[in-house]
Amino acid sequence: MKGKVHVYDVDNIDTDRIIPGKYTKTLDMSVLAEHCLEDLDESFNSKVTKGDILVAGENFGCGSSREQAPVAIKVAGIYAVIAKSFARIFYRNAINVGLPILEIADHSISPGIELDIDLQSGIVKDLASEKVYQSAKMPKVMIDILEAGGLVSYLSKYGDYKL
Amino acid sequence: MGQTIVEKILSRHAGKDVEASDLAIVNVDAAMATDASAPFAIKAFREMGGKKPWNPERMVFVIDHGAPAPNERIANLHKIIREFTTETGSTLFDAGSGICHQIMIDEEQAHPGELIIGADSHSVTYGAIGAFSTGVGATDLAAVMLTGKTWLKVPPTIRVELNGRPNPGVQSKDIILAVVEKLGMDGATYKALEYSGSALEYLSLGGRMTIANMAVEMGGKAGVIETTGLELPYDFEHIHPDSDANYIAEYSIDISALRPKVSTPHSPANVSDIDEVLGTKIDLVFLGTCTNGRLEDLHTAASILKKKKLAPGVRMIVTPASRKVMNAAMADGTMNILSDAGAMFIPPGCGPCVGTHLGVPADSETILSTANRNFPGRMGNPKAQVFLSSPATVAASALKGEITDPTEVMEEIIS
Repeated sequence: MKGKVHVYDVDNIDTDRIIPGKYTKTLDMSVLAEHCLEDLDESFNSKVTKGDILVAGENFGCGSSREQAPVAIKVAGIYAVIAKSFARIFYRNAINVGLPILEIADHSISPGIELDIDLQSGIVKDLASEKVYQSAKMPKVMIDILEAGGLVSYLSKYGDYKL
Repeated sequence: MGQTIVEKILSRHAGKDVEASDLAIVNVDAAMATDASAPFAIKAFREMGGKKPWNPERMVFVIDHGAPAPNERIANLHKIIREFTTETGSTLFDAGSGICHQIMIDEEQAHPGELIIGADSHSVTYGAIGAFSTGVGATDLAAVMLTGKTWLKVPPTIRVELNGRPNPGVQSKDIILAVVEKLGMDGATYKALEYSGSALEYLSLGGRMTIANMAVEMGGKAGVIETTGLELPYDFEHIHPDSDANYIAEYSIDISALRPKVSTPHSPANVSDIDEVLGTKIDLVFLGTCTNGRLEDLHTAASILKKKKLAPGVRMIVTPASRKVMNAAMADGTMNILSDAGAMFIPPGCGPCVGTHLGVPADSETILSTANRNFPGRMGNPKAQVFLSSPATVAASALKGEITDPTEVMEEIIS
């Protein structure tokens, strides 16, 4: 899957910045997309086209456990998030809602380029410099959940967890 | 190899011995969701084919994040929760009952040694009574409702020894801010914290809750406090770590050397000694939240504000953590003292901490709050400056209109 990157070389982007608490109490997903990351970049939503890739620094998604955070990113059109590291709850939530996330500790992805992501292998290729990154391995249960399209489909299919 | 407290609790719930880094499917004793997460969780639960939660009595819903409803959108989300709990026999604490984490402990929905999953990141609070509890998102919570189980990676444990006796003016909030200062915002990511040491004997249940509550501010999966010295209204088994348990890191903090602490904007991990921010002018103070809205916190503020007035131009919002706390504060005169001083009360719940309603600050205003987070926009306005501190610091500062060291006034009160 190829996509254009939006790089925010910032550590500790918390879930309040991904989607402020004042917008989270809704089941209308378009509201989440509209306000996604607005306190970090007011024009984020208008910059994104479907299939783009979000790139960030350390501890992405720290703070609140709001699942609206990965949902907002996904509904805004982002195909996958790459960060140097992720906060624990965000990591689980992203997989559960079917938003692919890749942890690449030492990436130096620059703005404006295109990446080619292979989710199966976790290999990310910088199409400008030909640089290749290998993302951190995920437990099998998470790969299965992601492949099912999220936890709802996974449990509808299997009825229970399989490690 | 010996086990940490977390490894012991998780082993019991996995039905086999587990150690750090093992993946395990564990049985869940209780689960909790709020009006910020429950509507999503209920929707996902139904999509999974769920009809009734695995154990309706221990599936607790609390309407606290936008309570009472500030608009029709949130009112309709509350209605979804009420209808679901009526239909399934799940446990509901409706608007006005208080903050979920206070309720889980006060209403005995969380017990020592249990495994509890909450769809709110501050669910780590039940580590205060020696439970393993952690926060998840709505879909993970829906899966617990469906199966009574969850999967997790057993976290390695960081041991934090708290020793010594705190000086007057230093409260449990200052202790946890000192820990956050030491470990940083991601110092405990994918890890559990285990607190022990001689300072535990000075910690009340409320003080323990304040400390456990902020584990997630370091990325922690859990923050469990050894139950030594803990008193609850019922008998319980104390779970201690083995002497040869394996820790990924160990820290020791001398509480007697601590100064009052303040987190400066815009991160709870931007911690400094109060001395560095003394004199910062404030517009609003906020006493409340799952971190510091308990009766003892209101008592601290009342002891400082008794027969005094807030500094001119300073507003003060007080949110008791639960109806129980509010009733006790009414009965013993605490609410009168604070109200006479000029404070305004809002109903038990999360209030302005989540930026939804009931006290959103204006652009460039400075707030001193007893909450656990001060991320940009956290209180509803990214142009506001939010500082975090203990209840004593909040009350002493409200009197002066600027960030003020509470040590002197606390010394007077104690003597």
